[in-house]
Amino acid sequence: MPIETTVNGKAVSIDAEPDTPLLWALREDLGLTGTKFGCGIAACGACSVHVNGEITRSCSVPVSEVAGKSVTTIEGLKGADGTLHKVQQAWINAQVPQCGYCQSGQIMAAVALIQKTGKPSAAQVDEAMTNICRCGTYPRIRKAILAATGQAAASVEGAA
Amino acid sequence: MGIKRRAFLIGGAAIVGGGLFAVYWGDSSARKRAVELTAKGKDGSFLSWVKISEDDTVTVYSPHIDFGQGSHTALAQMVAEELDADWSKVVVEHAPADPSFANSALGRGFMADMSGQPSIVAALPASFISMAARSMNLQITGGSSAVRFTGQSGMRVAGAAAREALIAEAAERLKVPASELTTLDSRVIHEKTSTSLRYGKLAQAAAARSLNSDVKLKNRKDFRYIGQGVHRLDIPAKVDGSATYGIDFTLPDMRVATIMMAPVRGGKLTSVDTAPALAINGVEKVIKLDDAVIVIAKGYWQATKGMQALSPQFSDGGHGSLSTASIYAAQDKLNASGEKLVAPADGKLLTADYKAPFLHQAMMEPFAMTAHHKDGRLDMWGGLQDPLGTRMMMAEIAGLDAAKVMFHPMIMGGGFGRRFPPYSQIIGQLTKIAMQVPYPVKLIWSREQDVQHGAYRPQVAARLQGVTGKKRMAAWSSDYAQNDDAAAEGTVPYAIPNFEARHHEYISNQVNAYWRSVNASQHGFFNESFVDELAHAEGEDPYTFRRNHLKAGSRPLLVLDTVAQRAGWGAPLPEGHARGIAMVESFGTIVAEVVEASLKEDGTPKVHKAWAVVDCGTTVNPLNAAAQIEGGLIMGLSSAIGEQITLDKGAVVESNFGDYPVMKLADAPEIDVHFIESGAKMGGIGEPGLPPAAPALANALFALTGKRIRQLPILAQAKA
Repeated sequence: MPIETTVNGKAVSIDAEPDTPLLWALREDLGLTGTKFGCGIAACGACSVHVNGEITRSCSVPVSEVAGKSVTTIEGLKGADGTLHKVQQAWINAQVPQCGYCQSGQIMAAVALIQKTGKPSAAQVDEAMTNICRCGTYPRIRKAILAATGQAAASVEGAA
Repeated sequence: MGIKRRAFLIGGAAIVGGGLFAVYWGDSSARKRAVELTAKGKDGSFLSWVKISEDDTVTVYSPHIDFGQGSHTALAQMVAEELDADWSKVVVEHAPADPSFANSALGRGFMADMSGQPSIVAALPASFISMAARSMNLQITGGSSAVRFTGQSGMRVAGAAAREALIAEAAERLKVPASELTTLDSRVIHEKTSTSLRYGKLAQAAAARSLNSDVKLKNRKDFRYIGQGVHRLDIPAKVDGSATYGIDFTLPDMRVATIMMAPVRGGKLTSVDTAPALAINGVEKVIKLDDAVIVIAKGYWQATKGMQALSPQFSDGGHGSLSTASIYAAQDKLNASGEKLVAPADGKLLTADYKAPFLHQAMMEPFAMTAHHKDGRLDMWGGLQDPLGTRMMMAEIAGLDAAKVMFHPMIMGGGFGRRFPPYSQIIGQLTKIAMQVPYPVKLIWSREQDVQHGAYRPQVAARLQGVTGKKRMAAWSSDYAQNDDAAAEGTVPYAIPNFEARHHEYISNQVNAYWRSVNASQHGFFNESFVDELAHAEGEDPYTFRRNHLKAGSRPLLVLDTVAQRAGWGAPLPEGHARGIAMVESFGTIVAEVVEASLKEDGTPKVHKAWAVVDCGTTVNPLNAAAQIEGGLIMGLSSAIGEQITLDKGAVVESNFGDYPVMKLADAPEIDVHFIESGAKMGGIGEPGLPPAAPALANALFALTGKRIRQLPILAQAKA
């Protein structure tokens, strides 16, 4: 039985076994490879997506659980006209990514945090941003979140 | 900069839709080969070093892979600088794995500068060594080398030679002397007549001209792009999910495989009943390798379920009694055999044993690559630190002629030393399974396999002895046991009348691998902690003690003084906070760091703020260089606090991020990075930020608690 759900605003039917983690259904069945595999045990957050607006580590959620729900991935953050989400733009302005592999998950976590808190405090950022970045981009992630919420300068020095 | 440019040959070739400019190390056959391949190339897909297209697009072909260090953008800046290119039309691509693109500048850099990382050359597969010896051709990324060798000796020269040819071509067309022409934003300009010609219009003919092998490079004062914090070219694709990593690559009809390797390195697969896996829906095939079992299925989840259904049996290869403790015990014994220092009557002798564990790179993207064997040809897609070396290994393992084999480099989710071909087991595994199946296959390692079958930073034990008196170091000796000789990293910048470091070879069942900053991380921790001990023994402030052993006017002294000044060394701190300082030179770059730390209620360290002062000669992109220092510092703190790979019965105990704790945002300090633009010979930037972090933290904790940390990680010792 295919699983009916909504991904990035579009109704989709996923023909995967019900216990397949949402991560692999997104990547292999829907070809949405922006969501990454990092650990498989919900420890690193590289696979973070939104399910009904809640931040969710998709490697540890069976695809059957999102039937009838709404899933948003990194590919669904841009506006209909292709404009970057303000968090994505803040990530560019602060030159956050290095290898970039964890950044889809980091951005999804930051967007969820901002949707929930409006202007997150430093403590709220520390508490919510638990995704692993091995390149060590954390100081710039902090800056980007503050900039995206109007709490700091929008850009790091240097020309675009 | 001391570049012997006469030794380079500059080659150009007119191609369909533009011109090609390349630099070679005196090897005309390589140039011929590039032109041959260029002629065959379709849509300009295969070109060398710098291509200028009719629409003015400047394509820079980087022989280095970029796993996040930003060197592609820096290399492009260096080409654009000398070429006077329009930055908005500069793009960078990975060079293909062909010997024509092998990096002679890198080879020469390592040979000329043995303080770099010459052991990288020794780590090449045998088939490649002979080739490298003949031509010194390399296509490696490592040793913080891309910008300082390839950029300085290759990219800048190619850009300058191309610019000169474009001017010569324009002079001929405009019938004016070349001396009256200037260049800006990809145009040759004749101011007197207010005329200009676009590079795209000139490139094809310019590349066909005889090029000058002795071009003049710009002076620092004239730089427009070098030294600018331009935004990285790769970042936009990394914020919207469109960047395609090795794990994202896909082909029609592709299957997905996963693997389980012998838990003890050196062990073999002794038996496996494949039936339970084959009974799982979607599983298509089980392949037995010498030391591993592989399940191939329609998708990763099905392959994983198939693997979970298996109970493979493995031997331990005779390493079943090996443990972390047994390795340290053997290393301690070796170190104890070293010569004992003797203190004079008015001096003090201090002896201390230090230990640093195996460490895992923990790149965020586990090994995941795709291969397809079809019609006698083998193709592979993925991310490794040496595409050309990978191709040679594939050919050797598959028993195919190198001409029938191609490796297609892709961007990587981190590397940190893990992706060197000689110990990237996935190349052999994937080659072997691809040769057995008719369809394309992607092999994905689980995180557990990634952690347990790593290529770890060597576990090292060292015995340090120091003789001091009158607030000075009189003698220093280091006995250390590990796989390879770390002579280059075992030194200190301080003036010590008698300094000796003795390597005792100790080889476990683990490969001798590179981890960001290689041996500078363990030895930096040992040496910079021990200097602190000696300062304490002499009752001297650790910063003052260090500076009193540095030459007036020297680079290290300026770096040390600057970090102390920026960090407010000696100024009062909040209750329960303390500072630590450390300085390590690695890869030609001097870095001093200060860490301000306290202890949390549970006794774990908390770093509040860190300062780094860096002298790498010249920064090409300060914005990205700062990111590299920040990242290195955080990786250094993370590993010092909690990371270790331990062995029990010969097998790795840790298995995922649960028991291999990588630092998260809440624990990462605010970091102040400052560069000293000394103009000295250019050093690396990807690695040197790491080594001072662990000793700076350990020294801060000593200042706080009076307890000296001589073994890492700190948390494991706190709990022990």
